[in-house]
Amino acid sequence: MTAIASPPARSNTSILTVGGLLAAVFLWSLFTVSQTSDILMNVHAWMFVILTGIGLAALLIWGGSVQDRNVFDQTKYEDTVVKFGVAASMFWGLVGFLVGIVIALQLTWPNLFYFPEIGWLNFGRLRPLHTSAVIFAFGGNVLIATSFYVVQRTCRTRLAGGMWPWFVFWGYQLFIAIAATGYVIGVTQSKEYAEPEWYADLWLTIVWVAYLLVFLGTIWKRKEPHIYVANWFYLSFIVTIAMLHIVNNLSMPVSWTGTRSYSIYSGVQDALTQWWYGHNAVGFFLTTGFLAIMYYFIPKRANRPVYSYRLSIVHFWSLIFIYIWAGPHHLHYTALPQWAQTLGMTFSVMLWMPSWGGMINGVMTLSGAWDKLRTDPVIRMMIVSLAFYGMSTFEGPLMSVRAVNALSHYTEWGIGHVHSGALGWVGFISFGALYCLTPWLWKRPGLYSIRLVEWHFWVATIGILFYMISMWFAGIMEGLMWRAYNEYGFLEYSFVETVEAKHISYIIRMLGGLMYFSGAAIMAYNLVRTALGHTASQSDNLAAESRPSAAPALAE
Amino acid sequence: MSDHERDIDQHSGTETTGHEWDGIKELNTPLPRWWLITWYVTIAWAIVYMILMPAIPALPGLGTNTPGVRGQSDRVNVAASIDQLHTARQEDAARLLGASLQQIETDRDLQQFAMAMGESAFGDNCATCHGAGGRGARGYPVLADDVWLWTGTLDGIEQTIRHGIRHEEDPDTRFSAMPAFGQMGMLDRHQIDDVTEYVVSLTAEEFDAEAAVRGAEVFELQCASCHASDATGMRDVGAPNLTDADWLYGGDRDTIYATVFNARNSHMPAWGDRLDDATIKALAVYVHSLGGGE
Repeated sequence: MTAIASPPARSNTSILTVGGLLAAVFLWSLFTVSQTSDILMNVHAWMFVILTGIGLAALLIWGGSVQDRNVFDQTKYEDTVVKFGVAASMFWGLVGFLVGIVIALQLTWPNLFYFPEIGWLNFGRLRPLHTSAVIFAFGGNVLIATSFYVVQRTCRTRLAGGMWPWFVFWGYQLFIAIAATGYVIGVTQSKEYAEPEWYADLWLTIVWVAYLLVFLGTIWKRKEPHIYVANWFYLSFIVTIAMLHIVNNLSMPVSWTGTRSYSIYSGVQDALTQWWYGHNAVGFFLTTGFLAIMYYFIPKRANRPVYSYRLSIVHFWSLIFIYIWAGPHHLHYTALPQWAQTLGMTFSVMLWMPSWGGMINGVMTLSGAWDKLRTDPVIRMMIVSLAFYGMSTFEGPLMSVRAVNALSHYTEWGIGHVHSGALGWVGFISFGALYCLTPWLWKRPGLYSIRLVEWHFWVATIGILFYMISMWFAGIMEGLMWRAYNEYGFLEYSFVETVEAKHISYIIRMLGGLMYFSGAAIMAYNLVRTALGHTASQSDNLAAESRPSAAPALAE
Repeated sequence: MSDHERDIDQHSGTETTGHEWDGIKELNTPLPRWWLITWYVTIAWAIVYMILMPAIPALPGLGTNTPGVRGQSDRVNVAASIDQLHTARQEDAARLLGASLQQIETDRDLQQFAMAMGESAFGDNCATCHGAGGRGARGYPVLADDVWLWTGTLDGIEQTIRHGIRHEEDPDTRFSAMPAFGQMGMLDRHQIDDVTEYVVSLTAEEFDAEAAVRGAEVFELQCASCHASDATGMRDVGAPNLTDADWLYGGDRDTIYATVFNARNSHMPAWGDRLDDATIKALAVYVHSLGGGE
């Protein structure tokens, strides 16, 4: 196959357009620095100035050296940006898990881990740091990296947009840096999972639209007649997240040089918009995005065809159609009108089978290669992730039933539920993808050590079980304690007694988190050694013939 | 797609769709029957639920949402439950209001009701500072022993709950103010060292006898008017007994020195405006029963 190389001049215009955008943001931030009297805005505007300044300088130095070389060679895949994505995923994963352990310690021993003198270490600031670090920094980088890799392979073409994929990657890191520092210094618009203020939201919107255009452009110039299922899922994730992000964050800044803004929504409408956003962030970020990963990496690693094309169509469309209505189940027994609660609950129940479609398709893809569960811990990790996916997508509809929700809502059961999905499904499918990608991208014959993957798998799996079971126990217990009345109709337990009763569960949860983090640290070590080209003793590695191979290079 | 050769997967015997992306093919397996049936069942269930319960908004000709065949409403249900609770409690609550605190303690049924009510109210309002079961914390008196700063009688406890301690908005609050002897320059550091040594000598085995003697003079002059000459305290002004082993803030030298230097004068809010009369009565009975009631 001979690909037609674009003329260099045309492809290099993307360097100029990215540079122009960075320069505009640089100048606007510089202006903000000079005008603002808000110290928090001052910090963030300086960050924008310095980081876009670095980006601009790097672009000038590198762009100047390009001259008329064909730097965006259309006969080659753009893999360097994916390598950066793999490294960023690993880094943010470790950071996010670590902050999770810190806040678990704060809940377990508040007398030891409460620092009244150091405000930014408070639970209230670290909690959004943890959730955003794991969902958006870790999960988001995994999604960007894998989507860039998968869309190129399944479309057999280089990423569109020349410099723009790089803008998407670094622009997203800049958003993470602004969001993360905002949480600890106290910038928040108090919307769960959407805490960053208006200027960070605007920046993310630019980055996300660029991401959408790069992805669409790549599909547009594909060399395959049809669009692979993984790409439908990636596209639904990118499009819907753009919509959710923009609608939920509509707000009016108090001043163009200050951090504060006011949402255009108020009262129960604010709550409903927020949970329409929050629930679909789970649906379209943590579900369809990672199903896309599943649809490429499981058949690729198992070297088996996808189980059912028809199932993939039906469950894709039913999943995205039904998911978007289920948000009101987060607001049962609140001021939200009851009819909206009914609809949220019934759509959640109808969502059960569409969710399971992905699990069936993933697990059954292994038929004909079941032995790999025993020999290849990477496959095992991804299949176990589908088991956790199946479990939490059954638990979700169950908890959305109003009678069940009356017991489970506001309790640790909710925390257990999201973590079985987050640690089990999102985490494990991501780890599986990273274990595949690292040797493929760095062109190594295999991982540094398969035995370390075994260790990661078992330590993390047991950690998840610790986490889930302790939180089920704590959640159902406190739910029952909250609703216990004595014979005279007075509450049997005071709130503080329900908190005391959870102490043991909190210790076990913290240990579970520690184990999960340890597993991820083992992975990070393994991946770094793999990238460096090291190999542990041959005996503990997969036999060479059973190693799944990367996609062939584009020009071959 | 029409003219490709039929591609059959060896293992499953199922035809593929004929496409291939980076080596990945897709089987054309039909939808699993159990999956489809289960899905239809959940849809049918959802439809039935939507017919039974309030569900569809803004239908033409209907001002509000469909009320549902069962005519069920959360708001009505909650109001009914609250009514039911009030009715159930009404009789006991009325008797509680009508009875004096002493009568409550002698009427077994009424006392049980008051204890249940008091325990629940204590857990949500008082345990935050005084600890579960009134076990106390540093700076927050233990309510389960017989050491009382102001009083341990039923009426006295009720008065404390209702009006608080040093709660300035309430004219009937219990009030006293120990001077900050050091801050205000009433005593110099040596004198405070001496009086600290004297207070330590009241309960400790080891102390500097000379300093304690000097301190006793200071005590007689500055402290005895409230804490009494024998240092056993004075409940009228909430001045604690300094000769027992119970300390609110601590009986070591550093803490006593800091207390004399800065004074403490802690607060308890008045609950008279926050809790209803029945709850306050029940709380008085409950606290009185914790172990030290007089």
